[in-house]
Amino acid sequence: MLRITVQKALKGGFLSPKHVSPMLSKGTGDVQKKPQQIEVFVDDKPVMVDPGTTVLQAAAMVGVEIPRFCYHERLAVAGNCRMCLVEVERSPKPVAACAMPVMKGWRIKTNSEMTKKAREGVMEFLLVNHPLDCPICDQGGECDLQDQSMAFGSDRSRFTDIEYSGKRAVEDKDIGPLIKTIMTRCIHCTRCIRFASEVAGIDDLGTTGRGSDMQVGTYVEKFFLSELSGNVIDLCPVGALTSKPYSFAARPWEIRRTDSIDVLDAIGSNIVVCTRTGEVLRILPRVNELVNEEWLSDKARFAYDGLKRQRLITPMLRNGFGELEPVDWECALVSVGKKILKAGKNVGAIAGGMAEAEALVALKDLINKIGSEKVCTEHAYPTTGSGTDIRSSYLLNNKIARIEEADLVLLIGTNTRLEAPLLNSRIRKGYVHNETQIFVIGPKVDLRYDYTHLGTDPGVIKDIEYGKHQFTTVLKRAKKPVIIVGPDALSRPDGAGILLHIQSLAKIIQACVTEPDWWVLNILHKVAGQVAALDIGYTPGTKSIVQDDSLKVLYLLGADENIPCRKDLPKDCFVIYQGHHGDKGACMADAVLPGAAYTEKQATYVNTEGRAQQTTVAVTPPGFCREDWKIIRALSDIIGKTLPYDNLDQIRCRLEEIAPHLTRYGDAENGNFYDVSLDIGKQSNVEIETDPLCVTQNCLEDFYMTDVISRASSTMAKCVSAVRQQKSSQY
Amino acid sequence: MTNVLVRFNHLAKSHIGILAPFSYFNIQHYSTTPPGTPPPQTKTKFGGLSDEDRVFTNLYGRYDWRLKGALKRGDWYKAKEIILKGPDWIINEIKVSGLRGRGGAGFPSGMKYSFMLKPSDGRPKYLVINADEGEPGTCKDREIMRHDPHKLVEGCLLVGSAMGAQAAYIYIRGEFYNEASNMQIAIAEAYQAGLLGKNACGSGYDFDVFMHRGAGAYICGEETALIESLEGKQGKPRLKPPFPADVGVFGCPTTVTNVETVAVAPTILRRGGAWFASFGRTRNSGTKLFSISGHVCTPCTVEEEMSIPLKELIERHAGGVTGGWDNLLGVIPGGSSTPVIPKSVCETAIMDFDGLVACQTSLGTAAVIVMNKQTDIIKAIARLIMFYKHESCGQCTPCREGINWMNKIMYRFVEGKARLDEIDMIWELSKQIEGHTICALGDGAAWPVQGLIRHFRSEIECRIKEF
Repeated sequence: MLRITVQKALKGGFLSPKHVSPMLSKGTGDVQKKPQQIEVFVDDKPVMVDPGTTVLQAAAMVGVEIPRFCYHERLAVAGNCRMCLVEVERSPKPVAACAMPVMKGWRIKTNSEMTKKAREGVMEFLLVNHPLDCPICDQGGECDLQDQSMAFGSDRSRFTDIEYSGKRAVEDKDIGPLIKTIMTRCIHCTRCIRFASEVAGIDDLGTTGRGSDMQVGTYVEKFFLSELSGNVIDLCPVGALTSKPYSFAARPWEIRRTDSIDVLDAIGSNIVVCTRTGEVLRILPRVNELVNEEWLSDKARFAYDGLKRQRLITPMLRNGFGELEPVDWECALVSVGKKILKAGKNVGAIAGGMAEAEALVALKDLINKIGSEKVCTEHAYPTTGSGTDIRSSYLLNNKIARIEEADLVLLIGTNTRLEAPLLNSRIRKGYVHNETQIFVIGPKVDLRYDYTHLGTDPGVIKDIEYGKHQFTTVLKRAKKPVIIVGPDALSRPDGAGILLHIQSLAKIIQACVTEPDWWVLNILHKVAGQVAALDIGYTPGTKSIVQDDSLKVLYLLGADENIPCRKDLPKDCFVIYQGHHGDKGACMADAVLPGAAYTEKQATYVNTEGRAQQTTVAVTPPGFCREDWKIIRALSDIIGKTLPYDNLDQIRCRLEEIAPHLTRYGDAENGNFYDVSLDIGKQSNVEIETDPLCVTQNCLEDFYMTDVISRASSTMAKCVSAVRQQKSSQY
Repeated sequence: MTNVLVRFNHLAKSHIGILAPFSYFNIQHYSTTPPGTPPPQTKTKFGGLSDEDRVFTNLYGRYDWRLKGALKRGDWYKAKEIILKGPDWIINEIKVSGLRGRGGAGFPSGMKYSFMLKPSDGRPKYLVINADEGEPGTCKDREIMRHDPHKLVEGCLLVGSAMGAQAAYIYIRGEFYNEASNMQIAIAEAYQAGLLGKNACGSGYDFDVFMHRGAGAYICGEETALIESLEGKQGKPRLKPPFPADVGVFGCPTTVTNVETVAVAPTILRRGGAWFASFGRTRNSGTKLFSISGHVCTPCTVEEEMSIPLKELIERHAGGVTGGWDNLLGVIPGGSSTPVIPKSVCETAIMDFDGLVACQTSLGTAAVIVMNKQTDIIKAIARLIMFYKHESCGQCTPCREGINWMNKIMYRFVEGKARLDEIDMIWELSKQIEGHTICALGDGAAWPVQGLIRHFRSEIECRIKEF
């Protein structure tokens, strides 16, 4: 597993040239001085850059893009494609722009005869053994090689050898159910290898063979199983690695791209939903440096086929035979309305993990209007003390992007790799580049980096807090420590105690932190809707519902995971399920109201760091499905308690009224009142029990199917069986 | 491949620019003539090295190669005193000697060693000996290692102490089994005699020598690929900068240097830089091991003075070309990667760095491959390209794809199954490879083709027309 250890000694490293120059300057003795900017000329345009800037970066500053294949900003520099060769005045041969740090006064010529010749030469070599199968290649239309050969290649072929010997052919590899390989197309840029070893932390990909026999692969027959594996499809500049589920589905110019947000975990990755004729064909990541950089987890990327299966497409009512029978909207709403009116105040609601802020507000408003306060979320969270009144006690306060700056990470009761793969990739980034130390309290899970295990007993937290554990000094000495608490640790019965002790530990550590705006306490959620629900005022956990014997109507808003079963509810309780998938909730429901999935509605989600983001409509909801808040609004009309909003703008005004940050899209409000929250918490005395901390997602198998969409996805099912198959493999 | 491929004249000036501050830094100590200034040229005739001026006195294994024999030949004599004279003196003496790297690139050794003298940042420094002699035609380092291993071991200690290195790694070609075993014995003997290890030679300097056997890849003779291989990774050249002097083996400052360069150092230090500089032309001074192979009567490896005329070298030491000088077709003067020169050029070629550059070829490792008129020159060059195709590491595009393509064309040229315009095309292809790759293997593969086309174009044209 890659860890750039020598960098520690170097305080920089050979892999990233931006570190080289401070190192070089050491020899001349000006270590302490902040390096002065140097002037270089790119195509005679002067530009001031920091020492150590590469030629390619300097050129980008003046808007000159240098073609490249192997270079990628987020990966180590390989410098092996040689496409970025440019002429530098007084240099006898062209230099590789991606790797060469600029020197003072360099005149870089990105358009000279020598540069053009070098590019044309490299292009010709790349195409010598690249098959001419663009018409049947899935990358066609979005292929770097295609584009760059148009821009920089020669207009005719000199490959006379095609008449004698033909091109190289390479056997395809089977690396799993997500990535299709056509290795003959590979141009050996090694981006996938570098991604696997640096970002994903899985050193399964590599090169074998030498010279023209070199192949990228796994050497032995092995699946490339990583929760981030799909990213190599985006990274591959040619069609060697393409998406298996998307193969031969569409051409890039036929599809419509809609910017949206992923809701399958609480990170809120920015995505592009690619659709054609009302069908989601694929999901790609969208760059957001603050959230997902440009990566996407495999679940977010490939679970979209679940949107077409197990869907509830028409309202349904349970008939006399105990079967759900399709009815029209009017009939469904009227009979549901009747039940609610009859129930009076004895109505409760449980919101699921994928419910958006709009529907949550509408449902809460409706239930409150009826006179009930029983609105809760299906995922539990400590409610004693200040409960969820203070935002800082349920947010990832330090923000996702700054986790990579941490020099010490303490993970409590979480498997970040599976619960939030992109947060885990940030931790790993810190581990690889900043020598971050990682400590874990909780189950020993495979996080793809080395960590120190402090035990599974939650009592360790107390020991650290009281200074009885040797780790306390380590934690106090850290300059930028973060504590990340997983959802499973806090949903335990003694979650409140655990949270309280973590809060007070965080306070002790926070006092040692000098970095401004650095927050030690960080809570991770695993579902996309939880933070918004807590912001709006939902009670976490279904305890109040289960304990209520007088409950007449239970309204499930997309709740399928931790809902009470039928026998825990009063016999005459009428269960309404509103949602998009026929899963656990719909099975036990007496009435089903079909809602829209996240690709079908414009909806607000707040991620685990408190960042409000919105999805947009990529496709229209299938069948009779309607946007969720509209269903609730229609229902309110029928029961005579009309909600005061008729369109999206109006309901967003209502959102703003409750919590203004909910409509400040893209921003993440800082948490605050850490101490107040702790002080109130101290008034309750929930003690930590000795049961070991555990997580629900332990190994990769558990990652793929965690919610209604991914459970309905056959791609995800294939992934699960691939993991199982790999387990029985000898490699 | 010794680092024949890392040719000094192909090193971008900008690269030297990075390193220049260090060298200035070190030169400042001296007030009179700057070190490394070559003595003025007075000699006009070169060659015919006398026996007392030979550095390698057991090149042919006639005497004992072990410590006892080595001591008899003067190895390890006053090694302690030399170490105690200090790095500045040693490096100055090397600079005065005008020694240039014997691995092929011909980089001035004194300057190279002085790069290591910059103030330490806490990292250890290493000396790495490139004993991965894989260049076809070259067989000089193996003679040293099997018959005179103590020269190298002592060189490691002296050069290592000059640059403040903690240890030396000898990366030896995997095929050199007997050489490796002799080296290992020599190292063990040196340790037992207290010449290496803690307080080496009683000088108070701690120095270790380790040997590492390669696995038979030519590319591992490229200095950065060698470093990668030594670290246990695939032998693929690294990007430069950073140069090994900054980030080398295990991320520490490293000098990678050829066996012969290091092995001559003790003798230079004992007899003085001026003695060594008295051989050969200015800037090409010293004695050199020449390996002469091919169509000569007595193929041999011989130590001779630099700047000896090629014709004299072949006639004096190799018994002349098979069938007489007039039967000569061409010579590859410096190992397989250097361009071939035809007989007309051979008449006047002078065997030193500058002399061969003037002939559009290169001294390389001074492995003279002589071909007489019975040679199919096209096939000979095609075979070399096949070698480079096989040994290309596959990391960067021009080398991986280009050499493979050239190989295909070259083998068609052997039969003549090609079009005339493909001669120009392969010339252009070789130009597209040359200078565009990470390491110099691409250059090394391009030059033989260029040499062939430059001097034997008519031969190829004839072949194509006949087909």
